[in-house]
Amino acid sequence: MSPSTTKSALWRGVYSSLPFIIVVVPFAMLFGVAATEAGLPIEQVMGFTVLVVAGASQFTALQFMIENAPVLVILASALAVNLRMAMYSAAITPYLGDQPLWKRALLSYVLVDQTYNLAILEFEENPNQTTAQRTAFFVGCSLPLIPLWIGFTWVGAALGGQIPPEYGLDFALPIAFLAMVAPALRTVAHIAAAVTSVVLALALGFIPLNLGLLAAAIIAMMVGAEVERRMA
Amino acid sequence: MTYSDTTIWWIIAILGVGTFLIRFSFIGLIGSRPMPPWVLRHLRYTSVAILPGLVAPLVAFPAATGGSPDPARLLAAAVTVGIGYWTKGVVRAMLGGAITLFAVQYMLG
Repeated sequence: MSPSTTKSALWRGVYSSLPFIIVVVPFAMLFGVAATEAGLPIEQVMGFTVLVVAGASQFTALQFMIENAPVLVILASALAVNLRMAMYSAAITPYLGDQPLWKRALLSYVLVDQTYNLAILEFEENPNQTTAQRTAFFVGCSLPLIPLWIGFTWVGAALGGQIPPEYGLDFALPIAFLAMVAPALRTVAHIAAAVTSVVLALALGFIPLNLGLLAAAIIAMMVGAEVERRMA
Repeated sequence: MTYSDTTIWWIIAILGVGTFLIRFSFIGLIGSRPMPPWVLRHLRYTSVAILPGLVAPLVAFPAATGGSPDPARLLAAAVTVGIGYWTKGVVRAMLGGAITLFAVQYMLG
């Protein structure tokens, strides 16, 4: 396999991740601001962002820490929010599992919502790529996003001040996730899974630790798989 | 917040290691071993099973409006999904959603 096609896969990854800068930058800043205002020194804010690299769970942990919750509750709820990444890990394994262990470990570090979803769209559209090309695309997606996540957390922590809510930045995340998922609604089975996910996530929202979302997701995957099996 | 510095560092370290192990779980342990077809069939629906559910409460009950449904956000979400579904363009869908959000917010003052 020629190095030029690997290189072009890397660049395609970089380009396809660029729109998500609009999401990552404000989200990272918000975490920096919120964590600083909660009283964390900047080295602990950065520790969170560099070691955990998962915004939603970082906000969850922070919220429980502000409430002085027991440490076990903080850990359990923040990790529960991240359990969806186990499903991402399983879903990319057929595409990237051939890599040696140390590369799989490094890919795991940058496995976030955006890199996973961009990569899986790409892998499904271009099924004839080599593992090297797929890896290059995945790394390309992470190259702008992960450093920006870390850098703008620092900016938010350094600025401290509030970002006014009327800018509507809170909605950057939902719009980005919907924009990623809508093109993936290719078949009746995908649509059935998505509708199940929405209905059950809203209905099970009362379950603590985000476990309602996890249950909704698992049932939605089963619905998608079952519809696919019956249509085949 | 009343935790000691050491406790907070422990929280950060355990969350960091735990999150990494969650990410590493399947790709780390299974690697290149083949998975049965029924497992693969379920995994094909991972994205469409999680993201809509993750976003649904944020769209229906946005924190920025104190949790009450907001026409600008509902419409922006609908436009994003519509453009993404029919044009298959991620960037187009994001821009369409953002423009809708700001336009409706502006019109409603």
